[in-house]
Amino acid sequence: MIAELGNFALMVALIVALVQSVVPMWGAWRRDSALMAIARPAATLQFVLVAVAFAALAYSFVTSDFSVLNVAQHSYSTLPLQYKFAATWGSHEGSLLLWLLMLTGWGFAVALRSHNLPPVLAARVLSVMGIIAVGFLLFLLFTSNPFERLIPAAIEGSDLNPLLQDPGMVVHPPMLYMGYVGFSVAFAFAIAALIGGRLDASWARWSRPWTTVAWCFLTMGIALGSAWAYYTLGWGGWWFWDPVENASFMPWLVGTALIHSLAVTEKRGTFRSWTVLLAIIAFSLSLLGTFLVRSGVLTSVHAFAIDPARGVFVLLFLAIVVGGSLALFAWRAGAVGGGAAFAPVSRESMLLANNVLLVVAMASVLLGTLYPLMIDALHAGKISVGPPYFQSVFYPLIAPLVFLMGLGPVATWRKAELPAIWTRVRWAFAVALVSALLLPFTLGSWKPLVAFALFLALWVVTTTVAMVVQRFRASPQRGLRAKFAANTAAWYGMLVAHLGIAVFIVGVTLVSGYGVERDVRLDVGQGVDVGGYTFTFRGVEPAPGPNYHALIGTIDVSRNGKLVRTLKPEKRVFNASGQTMTEAAIATRITGDLYVSLGEPVAENGAWGTRVYIKPFVDWIWFGAFIMALGGFIAVSDRRYRIAVAARVSAVMHNAAA
Amino acid sequence: MTPRERRFGWIAAGLTTLGVSVALVLNAFQSNLVFFFSPSQVIAHEAPNGRAFRIGGMVVDHSLKRDPGSLTVRFEVTDTAQTIPVVYTGLLPDLFKEGKGVVAQGTLGGDGAFHATEVLAKHDENYMPPNAAAAIKEAREGMKMKTVAGAQ
Repeated sequence: MIAELGNFALMVALIVALVQSVVPMWGAWRRDSALMAIARPAATLQFVLVAVAFAALAYSFVTSDFSVLNVAQHSYSTLPLQYKFAATWGSHEGSLLLWLLMLTGWGFAVALRSHNLPPVLAARVLSVMGIIAVGFLLFLLFTSNPFERLIPAAIEGSDLNPLLQDPGMVVHPPMLYMGYVGFSVAFAFAIAALIGGRLDASWARWSRPWTTVAWCFLTMGIALGSAWAYYTLGWGGWWFWDPVENASFMPWLVGTALIHSLAVTEKRGTFRSWTVLLAIIAFSLSLLGTFLVRSGVLTSVHAFAIDPARGVFVLLFLAIVVGGSLALFAWRAGAVGGGAAFAPVSRESMLLANNVLLVVAMASVLLGTLYPLMIDALHAGKISVGPPYFQSVFYPLIAPLVFLMGLGPVATWRKAELPAIWTRVRWAFAVALVSALLLPFTLGSWKPLVAFALFLALWVVTTTVAMVVQRFRASPQRGLRAKFAANTAAWYGMLVAHLGIAVFIVGVTLVSGYGVERDVRLDVGQGVDVGGYTFTFRGVEPAPGPNYHALIGTIDVSRNGKLVRTLKPEKRVFNASGQTMTEAAIATRITGDLYVSLGEPVAENGAWGTRVYIKPFVDWIWFGAFIMALGGFIAVSDRRYRIAVAARVSAVMHNAAA
Repeated sequence: MTPRERRFGWIAAGLTTLGVSVALVLNAFQSNLVFFFSPSQVIAHEAPNGRAFRIGGMVVDHSLKRDPGSLTVRFEVTDTAQTIPVVYTGLLPDLFKEGKGVVAQGTLGGDGAFHATEVLAKHDENYMPPNAAAAIKEAREGMKMKTVAGAQ
């Protein structure tokens, strides 16, 4: 009964979405405020209906209703409760429903927060979001219905993939989708601006916080996925350039460019068409990611069962959305206009360089991801593009970008003088350079690439400190607190996010520069010395689990003869599938991780193949990402996005959107 | 600077960026593309010598042998038509099983064995690496060989 209710809610949601996509758009065209006013209640109702459907599916999972096919295929009666719930999005169908829940959730948020928007713009934005929802609802109902019944009901489910039975599964997909789908708001704003034919600073001010929030969630979602892969796949990597990772990383790169380009559009009224184009690209890449994951054309961790019909549908939808919006862009971009001129050395030009580098970096990732598909489609052989490709293209493109991070915020708008910039950053430059040259000595050995990357990270930190000091000195307020309060939250948010990048770079650099990975065969009682620690294998004991049987190994870690930690890596064999899973044991400290995981028994006498890794500063990678996201949230809390907007903007915008 | 000079400046900067990125991509492609070959293709000498490539297929039943005292393993990979011995030193992924699909990356040794540097994990019991599946399918269609037991 519950499943039917969910199904019914989805069908009604489709009708509501159709109404939402057609009526307000028509109302905006006819300037009919009664028709436009339908947008908000429609978006609200649609969200409620999809939430009901989602709750129905979640309920079926939590109560283990194996008469629902999806539940029977992806759950198990003794699965721990939190994973039963998380299994709701553990399947292709369920993850699409989650996607839709996020989409309608964003639509609902826009409906709630759009009262200070001109009605015409609000109507168009919500209508575009309705159109996207129609596409996904059709996809869900006709190719991937999560509520399909299984008759007769299964007695037992065939279990959630053991890899997904992890706390990461509870938080990573919702966060990631929040970000992914959040770009639909920026997209809807861009399309609405194109239809309206005018776009100005107030438009940018309006779409900026939405974009930033989506970007924050995407940043956290990607970081969570990376951390999850690190501790659960058992081989200690944090990024594999896997196609699906790339699929989430590409919208992030373009979203980062979009945030910066929106800043220029808001402050200077420049980069308008470019901003619109970036918003279209960011969301198109989110859709492309969906296509890549859902169609099963890629070999990946995330691949679900292959169904050509689904791939064709998403590809068609992708073609309509991307093709349609780019056509609209080509037709209307002229009306939107370019903006004010700026000198070759100015904050604008540096942000332009930022945008170009980010987009080129995205294009190189896109090429590496799609190239094997293109070659295969042309029957020119089967190839794979591995991490070395991405590293050798991506890092050289990103290094100048990070260097610019130190200069851009210092440069003045419109026209900047290089000598003036140099005066402001020379101390920061000197401190960063000297510390970067000296630091590697304290870490073991001096490596040029490590020194270079550390210089970039320190450069971001020192220029940030220099900026704060200079601004506080120059401000007329007295007292630190008053000086602090004199600057906007947006400015602090920017600084914090940039510091996050620095922390991230430190993590990446040190773990790749000084990490040690040893795969060793260990007899019971045998020890191995890795990175100044002695790892002694004490054997493996069986232990029961809720829906699996575990073998728990004991490894004593000692330094200079003193026991530091005892690590307990596990090998789990799941009851339903018989599948084996590796649970690494990790000792986390601020200076890095000691990482141990069990490979396989290699002899009758209890010897095991074991992975023993030292991962210096690896946690800084994810910590840095969370600081970036924190910076974004701080920026969004800026007062100008809330209080002043209503009064100041609506008068201006009324004409602008018309 | 006149507007025209400025415009040329922008264009030059754009072209430089484009040139540098194209050079980076081409350079990376040249050294980092890894081609895939089936055991039949390797036997037919289509695979490169001395350059890394990937092979895929099924792990032959009962072919897995361990060297005592080290982490070196030997097994055979088949596309049902031809079979290649593989040598690998390291830990095998959780889902490595005899009779199941596998993809390995490495180079062809002078001894005729494939020296794998990496054995790729599948992440789902029922998930077959597409390359491995395709190799088996092609071999079956091309050679009209009888099906090896346990291939599915």
